[in-house]
Amino acid sequence: MPHANMPSRQVVFATQGVTKVYRTGEMIIHALRGVDLELYAGELTVMLGASGSGKSTLLNILGGLDSATDGQVRYGDQDLASGSDRMLTAYRRDHVGFVFQFYNLISSLTARENVAIVTEISRNPMRPEDALELVGMSERLDHFPSQLSGGEQQRVAIARAIAKRPAVLLCDEPTGALDSRTGIKVLEAIAHVNRELHTTTAVITHNVVIAEMADRVVRLSDGRVSDVHVNAHRKSPAELSW
Amino acid sequence: MRIIHRKLLRDLISLKGQVTAIAVVLAAGVMTLIIAVTTLDAISLTQDRFYGDYRFADVFVDLKRAPEGLAERLREIPGVDHVETRVSAPVRVEVPGYPDPIRGKLLSIPDGRQPTLNQLHLREGSLPEPGRDDQMLISEPFSEAHDLRPGDTLTAIIRGRLTTMTVSGVALSPEFVYQIGPADLLPDYERFGVLWMNRRALANAFGMDGAFNNAVISLQEEADAASVIDAVDALLTRYGGTGAHDRDDQASHQFLSMELDQLRVMAIFLPTLFLGVAAFLLNVLMGRIVRTQRQQVAVLKAFGYSNGDMAVHYGLLTGLIVLIGLVAGVGLGAWAADALAAVYMEYFRFPAISFRLQPQVLLLAVAVASGAAALGTFHAVRGAVSLPPAEAMRPPAPETFRQGWLERSRLGRFLDQPTRIIVRNLLRHRMKSGLSVLGVGLSGALLLVGSYQFGAVDDMLDKQYRLMHTMDVSLYFSEPTSAHAVAGLLHKPGVHFVEGFRSVPVRLANDGRDYRTTILGMDAEPQLRRLIDTRGQRQRLPREGLVLTDYLADYLGVRPGGTVRVEVMEGHRRTLEVALAATVSEPVGVSAYMERRALNNLMREGPAISGVWLLTDESRHAELYDALWDAPRIASIGLIGEAEAAIRDYIDDTVLVMMGVLLLLAGSITFAVAYNNARIAFAERARELATLRVLGYTRGEVGWILLGEIAALTLLAIPLGWLLGTGFALALSEAMSTELFRVPFVITPRTYAFGAAGVLVATALSVLLILRRLRGLDMVSALKTVE
Repeated sequence: MPHANMPSRQVVFATQGVTKVYRTGEMIIHALRGVDLELYAGELTVMLGASGSGKSTLLNILGGLDSATDGQVRYGDQDLASGSDRMLTAYRRDHVGFVFQFYNLISSLTARENVAIVTEISRNPMRPEDALELVGMSERLDHFPSQLSGGEQQRVAIARAIAKRPAVLLCDEPTGALDSRTGIKVLEAIAHVNRELHTTTAVITHNVVIAEMADRVVRLSDGRVSDVHVNAHRKSPAELSW
Repeated sequence: MRIIHRKLLRDLISLKGQVTAIAVVLAAGVMTLIIAVTTLDAISLTQDRFYGDYRFADVFVDLKRAPEGLAERLREIPGVDHVETRVSAPVRVEVPGYPDPIRGKLLSIPDGRQPTLNQLHLREGSLPEPGRDDQMLISEPFSEAHDLRPGDTLTAIIRGRLTTMTVSGVALSPEFVYQIGPADLLPDYERFGVLWMNRRALANAFGMDGAFNNAVISLQEEADAASVIDAVDALLTRYGGTGAHDRDDQASHQFLSMELDQLRVMAIFLPTLFLGVAAFLLNVLMGRIVRTQRQQVAVLKAFGYSNGDMAVHYGLLTGLIVLIGLVAGVGLGAWAADALAAVYMEYFRFPAISFRLQPQVLLLAVAVASGAAALGTFHAVRGAVSLPPAEAMRPPAPETFRQGWLERSRLGRFLDQPTRIIVRNLLRHRMKSGLSVLGVGLSGALLLVGSYQFGAVDDMLDKQYRLMHTMDVSLYFSEPTSAHAVAGLLHKPGVHFVEGFRSVPVRLANDGRDYRTTILGMDAEPQLRRLIDTRGQRQRLPREGLVLTDYLADYLGVRPGGTVRVEVMEGHRRTLEVALAATVSEPVGVSAYMERRALNNLMREGPAISGVWLLTDESRHAELYDALWDAPRIASIGLIGEAEAAIRDYIDDTVLVMMGVLLLLAGSITFAVAYNNARIAFAERARELATLRVLGYTRGEVGWILLGEIAALTLLAIPLGWLLGTGFALALSEAMSTELFRVPFVITPRTYAFGAAGVLVATALSVLLILRRLRGLDMVSALKTVE
């Protein structure tokens, strides 16, 4: 399948020498050991890596959910590495949409309300119903998370992430908790959003197959970027299988 | 409505168990405040209104007889506003169909009109018609006790003559708010009544034409009561005045003041304790609820909600819970205070209760409750937002555990794995475990405070009536009588044993403090009225010198070896210094004692007695009363069994009702705390427990980990609760000791057992509720939930 949308080369994210060290209990973990990376406007990047490779940590730092121990993280002309909590909150509110492996929907809110809780604090959101329609969830607006399957919950989570028309969409193992058929539906939703809204999208996964739907594939291992590969052809999620 | 507010409401509903528990804790604290303060306020406000509206006098004096013309001299005393002279007489009354002896106090009112001072509130009927000598007003409690209405008749024995009187009306007087007979400790509405007659008729009957034997005086606003009293005494001593006194020594006012003092202590002590504990628990519980929502906080932050947004969100959650607790606490508190005030009104007779909720009390409740809850929420929200969202969403890193002494010890080898989990969890979270133990311990302590008085009051009354007052009938003569009267009484039907006593009204003074009471002159080793020292041993009366109740000795600031100024208020009034020989420990009332002959010497009289105590055969009481009725010199007949029953009723109705309410509140708090602890423990462990189930542990084994932890915390909390409760109870019993009674500080093993049982039952109930959740634990979904 030819590129539906050839990315321009405008740099959205640029990191230099990013490291992250944290302690869990008595262990000191070097999650990132100097990452240099650029992400471009409108492209869909898949970051591949085994468990412990540092991909989630990198995504969290890009999304302003976590701070780097050292190094530079730039979003446009903003420096995320030295950002205050207030600045990072504003950044997340205005620019970033997240999709988590375990959906993290708020169980006391319906699908529509889970999206609305984000659109309410956004500057130029779409209607929650429209966001849910984009991910094929128009039929289940008023269901609570406990009444939805895993795939449906994840699609609500994607709707929640894109409803504010974010500049970047960051997905952490979005299919990690799903079977392959459901996973593909979720990936279709992500690809659809990327294509229709030109949202710069980063998907992290350990599933090599998913890399085939990306414009670019970044491999991480042991806290470093080990390889960057440009796909000549982006596959449609429907063509994938695992 | 904003979606985040909708989340708030849904959270509130889904947390309903915990929300209710927290609201209950708060409501209980607020209720205590409202009950204690509002009851106090209602009674003192009602008292002020009654005193003001019905012109309660300021100075009171009894005398033998003075010509009416002297009233003018009294009015001329500087500072005196109004003077009302009266005739007052003791009277024996018979009500058709009532077997027991009844004492009455007859007071005159101006013919056909209200007096200027101590006016009467007419409940029913009217004042006696002018010129009538066969009509009387009767006090309301007396009329209720015998179901007497205007138009009914009763018989009064006035100066030995049976006279049939008609009830013209039923009244209340500010002078008899607390209607109590002479020498009684508590009201006995069946056997004592206050009666009012026209002045002329009463004076006629008692040979008081143109004279008076009682006066009440009101003072001008800035007058000095002491100098007026001195002037009144100077004027009336030669007319047999027994010493004027102010309201402080007026029986009804004195009792009312003591009760109000006691309520005042309770109004400070109990709300401080309950609200303090509630505030602490609120702080801990709110903190825990917010912490369980750590992950939701992280998600909302990930999507751009700020720390301030989160603080407002949880602030609102807290605010709503506080609101529920406050509304419940204020509503139930006002209702209970109203009911309790009504109980007090049974003993303190006012025309109407003035009941109000004071806004400053409400404000105080709101401030304490919101403050405590806000503090707890603030800490927890700050903790929840201080983590970067990514970290908050990650399952927390395995916590650092070490082998403790328990596992290294010999005992440790016998611990199975689940028990190890319990021990390590408790030791790892020392702060949290400590707070849980403290929370349950505090609520257990409240249980103890609420219940110890039941045992202690029994102990007090047993001491008073089983150990000290062993007579069953007491007789007072109308005048001091020769000790030979004892022999005559021994022959009355059913009398086994007679012991005479001398009773002299006095004012005791030392060091600028004084107290009106009576000195009781008794045999050196009285059989029917024993004296007990502080160690509970029987005490002999020394041959010379005074013996005081320790409470009175403390009040006067005198110790054995020192001297007390004794102002005799009977017969020839004299003032002398008497040595204090010893003190005795008595839980009820305050008295002074002397060996009878020493007291006779002090009075410069022969072996006189004022009355006798009898030990009788109860089955022959009717015969005995008939015989006593005919004895001319007997002014009053007191039944000790009735007195004991009356005091037990009184304490049951007032103190113990209040304590019962507190006990109920303490129970609710205990349950709320235990339930919340269990819920939170379950929420925190759900993932671990599900994992163990997946690994093949049975429900029972998994349940043990949860229950074992709760049980361990509870078992630690019980002794702590005992310790704290003992401290609270000691403080309460110190604060509540009054002239009327001093509840001894006795905590029986039963009380400790009760406190412990309360905590255990509350925990067991909570655990049962949690076990239902454990049964419903979905292994797979619990494992998927990211903490």
